Amino acid sequence: MKRFNFALNYSTMIETDILIIGAGPCGLFTVFEAGLLKLKCHLIDALPLAGGQLTEIYPKKPIYDIPGFPEVMAGDLIDELMKQAAPFKPGFTLGERAETIEKTDDDHFILTTNRGTKHKAPVIMIAGGLGCFEPRKPPISNLSEFEDKGVEYIIKDPKIYKDKKVVISGGGDSALDWAIYLADDLAKEVSLVHRRQSFRGHPDSVQKVIDMSNDGRINLLTDSEVIGVNGNDSLQSLTIKAKVEGEIIKEADHWVPLFGLTPKLGPLADWGLNLEKNAIEVDTVDYSTNVPGIYAIGDINTYAGKLKLILCGFHEGTIAVQSAFKRIYPDKNLVLKYTTVNGVQGF
Amino acid sequence: MSMIKVTVIDREGKAHELDAPTDMNMNMMELCKAVELPVEGTCGGMAMCASCHMYIESEHELAEMSEDEENMLDQAFFVEDNSRLGCQIHLKAEFDGLKVRLAEAGD
Repeated sequence: MKRFNFALNYSTMIETDILIIGAGPCGLFTVFEAGLLKLKCHLIDALPLAGGQLTEIYPKKPIYDIPGFPEVMAGDLIDELMKQAAPFKPGFTLGERAETIEKTDDDHFILTTNRGTKHKAPVIMIAGGLGCFEPRKPPISNLSEFEDKGVEYIIKDPKIYKDKKVVISGGGDSALDWAIYLADDLAKEVSLVHRRQSFRGHPDSVQKVIDMSNDGRINLLTDSEVIGVNGNDSLQSLTIKAKVEGEIIKEADHWVPLFGLTPKLGPLADWGLNLEKNAIEVDTVDYSTNVPGIYAIGDINTYAGKLKLILCGFHEGTIAVQSAFKRIYPDKNLVLKYTTVNGVQGF
Repeated sequence: MSMIKVTVIDREGKAHELDAPTDMNMNMMELCKAVELPVEGTCGGMAMCASCHMYIESEHELAEMSEDEENMLDQAFFVEDNSRLGCQIHLKAEFDGLKVRLAEAGD
């Protein structure tokens, strides 16, 4: 599969007609439908690549219910949707999470991402799918008190672990790879805690960890789980429950639990939108939300009879851009034009 | 329609006896969702989230775990020896009397 990676850095305000949150299939197809109405789109996605779940979760799995495609790989569908949207030159802010919105005096929205990138548009189309993918957090009640005070879910800067006592949890490649990396003359002590005896990571990495454990460079604790975090201002120790030995207290400056990603609605939940069970309520006339100018399409919305299908999301986006057009150009008339008659006139 | 009985114990400990069709290609995650038990089924049944994590409390012999299911349970919480993902339990006649308990929702 081709990978589309747009690593753009903007220091100024990005302006567009429709700001689409979520670069999955619905968001991408909406670019096309908006383009037919001469509306320009910019997409924001927390993931570093376009495609949403299809790219992140199941690029190699087939889909059988896209009209006209008896079978299509999820990754291939995204490639084709990117091609279909290309004439309308969509902009992308990838790897950044849509964080806050504010209303301007001229009835536009300013949307700021977690990295501070600002976008301005008269219409926001939320095509956020399952939400944004965030690290899966272990169910320990006081865990949040230690976030960034010794507990990190992502290793951003390995240097902070220099000469520290680090505990890593997890059985996948990221846990194995970081344990190996940090144990190689960086951290003072590295422990790898895993619930089972076997690891699902790459066999070479598993062997390396076992070798380093035999050399005493990694403290390998299998059949074990971290069940408690302890400390005052910052992390001091972990309570680890082992199948055989029972509970032990392990001194630690850092704990890095690496249990993969899970989708969360995230900051959208605080935008004043009417929600029902983690989905955004919309009016099926035009898939508008309770906030004028904000629409929600695809898996993230809900209404009577909702089906979470890509094909339904395509329909929702198509209807929604018609309403968006009227919001942006209240005095202009809109006539439905067929692509077969008019072709696709890109920007 | 051929039906079996299965019991689902919810997170409050309440047992729900359900009539489950075996000829509709349904799995336990979908069955729970159909009767509005609190199972999210976020990934739609691809063994790629653990929101349908449940414990098998009867002696039924289930199909062996796929690598996907094993990998997913590896990243889930509150995992026990009898843990399975509901979406990977496809309802069939042999599962009459199946009893499961929903795992805590976790993250």
